[in-house]
Amino acid sequence: MTEPLLQMTGIQKAFAGIPALREASLRILPGEVHALVGQNGAGKSTLIKILTGVYRRDAGEVLWQGRPVDLRSPRDAQGVGIATIYQELTLVPQRTVTENIVLGYEPRTRWGAIDWRAADARAREVLSRFGIELDLHRALGSYPTAIQQLVAIGRAASMEAKLLIMDEPTSSLDEREVETLFGVMRALKARGTSILYVSHFLDELFAVCDGVTIMRDGRTVGETRIADTSKLDLIAGMLGRDPDEIRAAGRTQLSTDQTHAGPVFLEAKGLSSDRRLRRLDLEVRAGEIVGLAGLLGSGRTESARAIFGMDKVTGGTLRVGGRDVRLSSPRDAIDAGIAFLTEDRKVEGIIPDLSVRENLTLALLPRLSKMGIVDEARERQIVQGFIKALGIRTADMDQPIRELSGGNQQKVLLGRWLALEPKLLILDEPTRGVDVGAKLEIQSIIAKHVEQGCAVLLISSEFEELIEGAHNIVVLQEGRSVRKLNNPGVTEASLIHAIAEPPDTPHVEAAE
Amino acid sequence: MSEPSSLTGRGLGGVGEAPAPRRSRVNRRFLGLVVALAALILLNVLLTPNFLAVQTLAVNVSQVSTVAIVALGMTLVIATGGVDLSVGAVMAVSGALAPLIFGSAWGLANPGLGLLAAIVLPLLVAMCCGLFNGTLVSFLGVQPIIATLILFISGRGVAQVLTNGNLQTFSNPSFTWLGTGRILGLPVQGWIAILLTLVVALIVRKTIYGRYLLSVGGNERAAALAGTPVAKVKIATYAIASTFAGLAGLIDVAINSASDAARVGNLMELDAIAAAVVGGAALSGGRAPILGTLLGAIFIQLVGYTLIANGVPDEATFIVTAAIIVIAVYLQDSRRRT
Repeated sequence: MTEPLLQMTGIQKAFAGIPALREASLRILPGEVHALVGQNGAGKSTLIKILTGVYRRDAGEVLWQGRPVDLRSPRDAQGVGIATIYQELTLVPQRTVTENIVLGYEPRTRWGAIDWRAADARAREVLSRFGIELDLHRALGSYPTAIQQLVAIGRAASMEAKLLIMDEPTSSLDEREVETLFGVMRALKARGTSILYVSHFLDELFAVCDGVTIMRDGRTVGETRIADTSKLDLIAGMLGRDPDEIRAAGRTQLSTDQTHAGPVFLEAKGLSSDRRLRRLDLEVRAGEIVGLAGLLGSGRTESARAIFGMDKVTGGTLRVGGRDVRLSSPRDAIDAGIAFLTEDRKVEGIIPDLSVRENLTLALLPRLSKMGIVDEARERQIVQGFIKALGIRTADMDQPIRELSGGNQQKVLLGRWLALEPKLLILDEPTRGVDVGAKLEIQSIIAKHVEQGCAVLLISSEFEELIEGAHNIVVLQEGRSVRKLNNPGVTEASLIHAIAEPPDTPHVEAAE
Repeated sequence: MSEPSSLTGRGLGGVGEAPAPRRSRVNRRFLGLVVALAALILLNVLLTPNFLAVQTLAVNVSQVSTVAIVALGMTLVIATGGVDLSVGAVMAVSGALAPLIFGSAWGLANPGLGLLAAIVLPLLVAMCCGLFNGTLVSFLGVQPIIATLILFISGRGVAQVLTNGNLQTFSNPSFTWLGTGRILGLPVQGWIAILLTLVVALIVRKTIYGRYLLSVGGNERAAALAGTPVAKVKIATYAIASTFAGLAGLIDVAINSASDAARVGNLMELDAIAAAVVGGAALSGGRAPILGTLLGAIFIQLVGYTLIANGVPDEATFIVTAAIIVIAVYLQDSRRRT
């Protein structure tokens, strides 16, 4: 057995007393591509940051090539041969390819000036190793993201890194670019470089990785060869479930109760967008909650964005209220009776300096105004009604929304959409980051509107929320809707099974 | 992202405490400006000879009005998170056009219509400049500073070409009334500035446009997702700013009975930005303190006047103005952090 390149054991780390890593370990062999998987918050980034010297560990041991090391800064980590490529590129897009490759390590002439001829030669050599040829004097930013990523990798490789850390390198790449990247990774591996690969796209791991470490709640819960495992086992490990139970659940008969629902309001057929949504088939009826389930990156939010007119639809059809529509902006979607409560409250939801009142009526303004003048008396009446109905805790309606708690901000935003009396309400992680009390309140508000005939498309990472809340659950994988589960009858295990199982197995269409 | 528990804690705490500090914060800023202005006036009453004379008032009002009018539009643009560098050049364009129109053969033959055209046409041209700026910013995604730099450079060039680079003097009492007339002892342009301030303040507060303006500046992405017509709002805002600049250009030319394309509106963009910032606008957008802008313009004007009237050299006033802006920005910043 070869000696591991890196061995981290018993790593602990707490932030302000709250443990982020409890008992994490990681072992990487020389010349292997090793995957690190886990849900958000499992501790992957913390572990990587300890490895790269960004954080100091509280306890545990790090062996590098068999010797204990203490990496105190990213510079230390680079010194021993650890290079990191972050999700956001850290190169300089305005400078040339050569300049980026040699940045910080420029070859010098006798006079101390930069030896550009040598620099070009080095850059050419680095890139040729991966079989790519670029105009070295063009600005890096003029190349596609994939090429920029490859240059970043080339740069790291040229520093003779022994371990290359890649954090979500494929999230912005298309399929062909991903293939190129994998080719480069295999070339690096052949040269003896180890790679630590973090990705939410589990299928990719089977294409390119040798080993995999699974983390959950700050602990390393499994380490195995990729050949000895399956996607279902990985997911079960990430979620802390028993894989056999999930396998068994896949064979459970699902009920097909449809009595609650009214006419179909939204129908998507083969919908694709320019943003990783490949084929969405979906039907939402009035008075029905349809859940969208899937792993991170499976296309749940992308589905919502395509329906709401935010992303360009590149194929398929969308019918709303029985008519074919093309929604090219949120305004179109709103006019068609669709509302979308986004996942990122801060970036895509609140206008922080405006008041609760102004935030709540933002989408409603056209209906509140005559000749361009806002009917403030009516506005106040409506807002007061929502503050009461939704239990929004605010000093008064003129308080800036940024001063409210997350749960109350979320209720204001929910009110923004409910005020429109939408026919379809899309909710993207509606209860994330809100406290338990607000969460229950929000769920019951939604349930009440569904009873009144509102259709709801619910995106949630919480299985419980989907299973208890949704009448149907559409499961997405890699930007495609692969199956539909009908409630009652969905169990957590059967849902996980549906999320994990490859789409090309016999009972794909069985539930439909 | 904060933990849910801490968010709740803050929210619950906010229920009891929030209203008092918030109200006083909005007012404190405005009150501070009012107090500073009052102190400055008091200082002048004590120091400056003849400060309370009608003539002093008239001089100050006639000097500050154009700045205030341009600053109103600038405040709106700044509220979208942008900036308009072209206002001075647009003033020069409209200032150059007016005498060409009422001084043309047609204008002289039809004095009434000529006068009307000499006011309306330059304003329309100015508005088109704003439509151009707004289109660049919202449809082509050009940075506002660059987009408006185009007219900043070319606008004054156009004005100089129109006038062959000559100083145009004219005698047209009806037109110059715009700059030299008095109503109830106060210069006409003072009344115009006050009227526009009130109108714009009402627009910001009462109309759907005003609400959209603040939401676009406050969080453009969120606003767009709520169905706000972001592009329309921005284009309208740049058009308003340019139209106001056009009006200021007419007033400037009327005051002097002469149009000098090289001088009209020179450095006006900076004066207007200064007035807006002192008045409480935030360059990051999302706030449009219209009354504050008027007071800001008056404050800067009075500080300059005080220094000059008391024998401080012209050049030194620039330094003091700069210091005022630094203080205003500091206050702005410290407010953001609280």
